[in-house]
Amino acid sequence: MEKFVKLKSIPAHIPLMNIDTDMIIPKQFLKTIKRTGLGKSLFYEMRYDESGKLINKFILNNDPYSKSKILLAGKNFGCGSSREHAPWALLDFGIRCVISPSFADIFYNNCFNNGILPIIIDEKSIQELSEYSERKEEIEVDLNEQVILYGNKKLTFDIEPAKKKRLLEGLDNIGLSLKKIPNIEKFENSMNKTKPWI
Amino acid sequence: MSKTLYDKIWDDHLVHEDNDGTALLYVDRHLVHEVTSPQAFEGLRIQGRKVRKPKLTLAVPDHNVPTTDRSKGISDKQSKIQVDTLRNNCKEFGINLFDVNDKRQGIVHIIGPEQGFTQPGTVIVCGDSHTATHGAFGSLAFGIGTSEVEHVLATQTLIQKKSKNFRVNVNGSLPAGVTSKDVILKIIGTIGTAGGTGYVIEFAGEVIRNLSVEQRMTICNMTIEAGARAGLISPDNKTIEYFKDRPMSPKGENWTKAVAHWKKLFSDSDAKFDKEVNIDAKDIEPLVTWGTSPQDVSPITGEVPDPEKEKDKDRRTAMYRSLEYMGLKPKMKISDIKVDKIFIGSCTNGRIEDLRLAAKLLKGKKIASDVSAMVVPGSGLVKKQAEEEGIDKVFKNAGFEWREPGCSMCLGMNEDQLSSKERCASTSNRNFEGRQGRGGRTHLVSPGMAVAAAIKGYLADVREIN
Repeated sequence: MEKFVKLKSIPAHIPLMNIDTDMIIPKQFLKTIKRTGLGKSLFYEMRYDESGKLINKFILNNDPYSKSKILLAGKNFGCGSSREHAPWALLDFGIRCVISPSFADIFYNNCFNNGILPIIIDEKSIQELSEYSERKEEIEVDLNEQVILYGNKKLTFDIEPAKKKRLLEGLDNIGLSLKKIPNIEKFENSMNKTKPWI
Repeated sequence: MSKTLYDKIWDDHLVHEDNDGTALLYVDRHLVHEVTSPQAFEGLRIQGRKVRKPKLTLAVPDHNVPTTDRSKGISDKQSKIQVDTLRNNCKEFGINLFDVNDKRQGIVHIIGPEQGFTQPGTVIVCGDSHTATHGAFGSLAFGIGTSEVEHVLATQTLIQKKSKNFRVNVNGSLPAGVTSKDVILKIIGTIGTAGGTGYVIEFAGEVIRNLSVEQRMTICNMTIEAGARAGLISPDNKTIEYFKDRPMSPKGENWTKAVAHWKKLFSDSDAKFDKEVNIDAKDIEPLVTWGTSPQDVSPITGEVPDPEKEKDKDRRTAMYRSLEYMGLKPKMKISDIKVDKIFIGSCTNGRIEDLRLAAKLLKGKKIASDVSAMVVPGSGLVKKQAEEEGIDKVFKNAGFEWREPGCSMCLGMNEDQLSSKERCASTSNRNFEGRQGRGGRTHLVSPGMAVAAAIKGYLADVREIN
């Protein structure tokens, strides 16, 4: 997994609440057996019309937003289906940071398994950052310092220390958990006695 | 110290806990389907890792499979590749698979309980958000991403942070025509689609106790639509009775031991909940959704809301967008909304009790001439049972199509989809934009309400169907 340390980009703002994972990547693209190649289908129904032509007014279809690495969105981003194809599609498009007042649980966890940083900040701050999107000015995210820098201002954000460490170091969760095999074996042995039907 | 049911199951599965509360949780049961697993198995192969406990995983293709005649195989190339990939992966890693033509094949959340693979007090995960369904049996069950599927396959554990405790009490008794689908829609409408984020919700109260286990599954199934990590219902004698003699249920001495354990699975009377909501059953009417979020509910006797009356700006914007997508005008009567399609099925409402209820209302009647309707049983065994009871004939005689089991039009990964602007009364769980097909318009309803809509050709009140 690629590390996440600092990121500078003009943010793209999609001012909608409850952006669900069906919207982020519709069902027809879930038939893949790969993790890559989904970027072109990101937000498919908002990006392309029924004949497959780009819809010009959609933000990600326009420069410089077509190269945005940071997405600003309304609350409850990533709700609905657990499909990890949603963060895969964002990542494949080039988005490595999503900033929203709140995230759905499964999507939030999926981000950390793909080197994407989801940042929770209040709606007022989103509004402030969205002006940078409109003015096409860069903002910078510094994970180590837990700050977003914009103009001569900065705002801080919270993140669980374990999740932060994983992103900063690009750690493989499975590798880490496999180091705990002795604990797992001990648990299984005890379970075999107390709950033999499992 | 007193504990909630969630606390008890959590503590019982804690393999390791870091100082910051990051926990390694043991997974007793893992369900796998064709869409969210190929990349996980591929990950194992690349790293040269094995499946730690193949017997604790059960696999079934359900999302992609056609619901029409399957004797010629799957015609859609990509779907076929996914189903073939699942078969090959299960063979390579030694995982039990109910293949497409197995009579036990069906929606993953229906076959788990049906086989007794699901059990009270267990931790159950699956790469599917509706895994919450299994919480109806007092198991901690939730959806995970594909990377986590790979983690579970390799370690039989999952890295988790504990959620907070939330209890929803549904008190009183349900009015006529109101079912568990209406109860959960009412709950989502009350707390909102993010109302449960960060929590595990335990459903309690007289109404929940009086529901059958299958009806309880409908409630827990849609907990994810309120944003919660999982939904839980304390097991009782009905639950124990349900699992007796299921193929994968504990047997003999193990059964006795298991039942003794299951009987301890309840929240202590003085357990503390971080949040609690009370709902009075008498305030629940048969409901429908009018918008593109499951929280957009209205009684069938009501009208489409006016966004102008909404004070929150973002919510108002969302409402206008929903109404435009749904092709509805503010203040129009819900019962004036004409439907084109009816879908009865899904992990929310595709069980035998759902089909019985629908068939009872439908018996001797015909669907409206300009409506097309289909029933997709939740599993091969549900289908077989229904056919033994003559339920298939009731549906077919009324004008419904009787299909093979699978997820079908709930998410439209196979051919079962809505066309643009087609309007559907659906017993599924999500009314998101494009969910059932690009431009398709979904109204979530109970099976009874789906039958009412099929007969009238409009969203209609189940209480008016005799």
